[in-house]
Amino acid sequence: MLNPDLYLNLNLFDAGAERKTMREGFGQGLLEAGEQNPNIVALAADLRDSVSMTKFAQKFPDRFFEVGVAEQGMVTIASGLAASGKIPFTGSYATFSPGRNWEQIRTTICYNNVPVKIVGSHAGLLTSPDGATHQALEDIALMRALPNTQVVAPCDVHEARKATLAIAENGKPTYLRVMRPPIPVVTTDKTPFRIGRIDAFWTSKKPRATVCAIGDMLYYALCAAMELEQEGLEVEVLNVATVKPLDIDAILTSAKKTKAVVTVEDHQKAGGMGSAVAEALSQTYPVRMKLVGVDDAFGQSGTPEDLILHYGLGQKFIAQAVREAIASK
Amino acid sequence: MELTFEESRKLAYQIRQDIIQMLDFAKSGHSAGPLGMADVFVALYFHVLRHDPKNPKWEDRDRFVLSNGHICPVLYATLARADYFPVQELKTLRTFGSRLQGHPHRASLPGLETTSGPLGSGIAQAVGMALAARLDNKKYDVWVVSSDGELNEGNSWEAIMAASKYHLNNLTLLVDRNNIQIDGFTEQVMPLEPLRDKFEAFGWHVLEVDGHNIEAVVDACNEARSIFEKPVAIIAHTIPGKGVDFMEFNYKWHGEAPGHEDARHAMQELRTLQGKVEPE
Repeated sequence: MLNPDLYLNLNLFDAGAERKTMREGFGQGLLEAGEQNPNIVALAADLRDSVSMTKFAQKFPDRFFEVGVAEQGMVTIASGLAASGKIPFTGSYATFSPGRNWEQIRTTICYNNVPVKIVGSHAGLLTSPDGATHQALEDIALMRALPNTQVVAPCDVHEARKATLAIAENGKPTYLRVMRPPIPVVTTDKTPFRIGRIDAFWTSKKPRATVCAIGDMLYYALCAAMELEQEGLEVEVLNVATVKPLDIDAILTSAKKTKAVVTVEDHQKAGGMGSAVAEALSQTYPVRMKLVGVDDAFGQSGTPEDLILHYGLGQKFIAQAVREAIASK
Repeated sequence: MELTFEESRKLAYQIRQDIIQMLDFAKSGHSAGPLGMADVFVALYFHVLRHDPKNPKWEDRDRFVLSNGHICPVLYATLARADYFPVQELKTLRTFGSRLQGHPHRASLPGLETTSGPLGSGIAQAVGMALAARLDNKKYDVWVVSSDGELNEGNSWEAIMAASKYHLNNLTLLVDRNNIQIDGFTEQVMPLEPLRDKFEAFGWHVLEVDGHNIEAVVDACNEARSIFEKPVAIIAHTIPGKGVDFMEFNYKWHGEAPGHEDARHAMQELRTLQGKVEPE
């Protein structure tokens, strides 16, 4: 069942349940962060509206910088601002930032250890009709491999807002991964959020598998949990909203109960959240694992439903991976 | 205490000797660029920058960004001679545990404003610092040294456009126009000329100066401070390897350190100002 302690959206599984974009949550969070702290500034690379920075830009025109289609310029200018006491948020599509400008992020932000926030929008297959060029499936790998970083990937509009407010004050180079289309609203205003903390969104009395899900995949994982429950297979679903630092205690606590872990992400299997969980568990408490994610492939155009089905990420595949993980124990 | 220009010229030759000794100890590193920029660095650190070596984090200090991090031997030697850290430490360049990393690392050493090495990102960081100064109503100026070769990088021009867009009159770029890069002469590898016209077309005010005339460099920097409407690019014409006859104008010394025998010859030349004076 949905964890009753987390104030989750209890209408989540209803037909016509509310859908909103994470971008909207980010835009609202950025505005509020800007109101709370005058050192917050924002930079866009010709995608101000697309990454939801317009509210901030209108409220704080002096603290918003439009650098043009120049992602390398955006993050290096942000580095200079951060070295001078500012807390810059940079926004673009994740394939371009941190995709195109990764070395500049590495050297001038992460090695310098200055608190620039890289907001990668349009991450994952859910960028849908734009096709593979615009579907970032490697961004978590790129950013979590860099020292000094934190990597945060919210699951919905409310969590995106809270994550934005949290990373504004964490003092670290940080990657925030958000997605393009409206997706089901899983949490509510009251659901707690803390960087580096993993909560069980679906709990059971005797879970036989742990499902670690991230971003848009959390909703599908919760649907799979419900499907499995109807078959009599109980699971626990963890919302891995922070990939780095990874809340290994929360994963271990669950894995020790279930002895089987399935990870689910809208990202390459290589280097993503599943890899991070496998790295941690293999060295502490090895259990049976199944990784659900994109398997060494590029995306393509289509609807979210087309793509999730084609690349084997949705409810049906998660449920199947859980059955296999349990059977292989 | 400000040095006389005669003392400054001597200091630049001292810094060149420091550079050769550092490279001789380290057995790797870049020779030509650091030697060529010794006069500009003396001009900046002993005549132009508002800074306090005893208080490197002074919040109103001028910011100095070295974009082409590979010429760091000249930065390290200048910082040491300006009393940021002991001159003795120069010989630790590129060794394990040293604060003098092969390319500068901001967190390692007082006086460094940023980490650099990967080319083309320094001008943009200086743009960020200049924007921050304006937001905070600070009076400090931002100075950035870039090589000519790294103007091949698109990141440089992204920043050059942004500086112009925001009319950053508190930003001055000094381009080390020594006409060489690793693979050869700049005009053969990827032509930059007409460089002055390029900057002007991008909305910058341009000054050109003999990068070995310390007084002229200081004058140009003072003029740059007084330009109100635009960011300023000072194209400093320098001789790569300046002061060491067999290195001057030879692009092979861009990325090479001298062997011990070469270093001995170089030191002899530098001590005698290329044979013009008797060694002391």
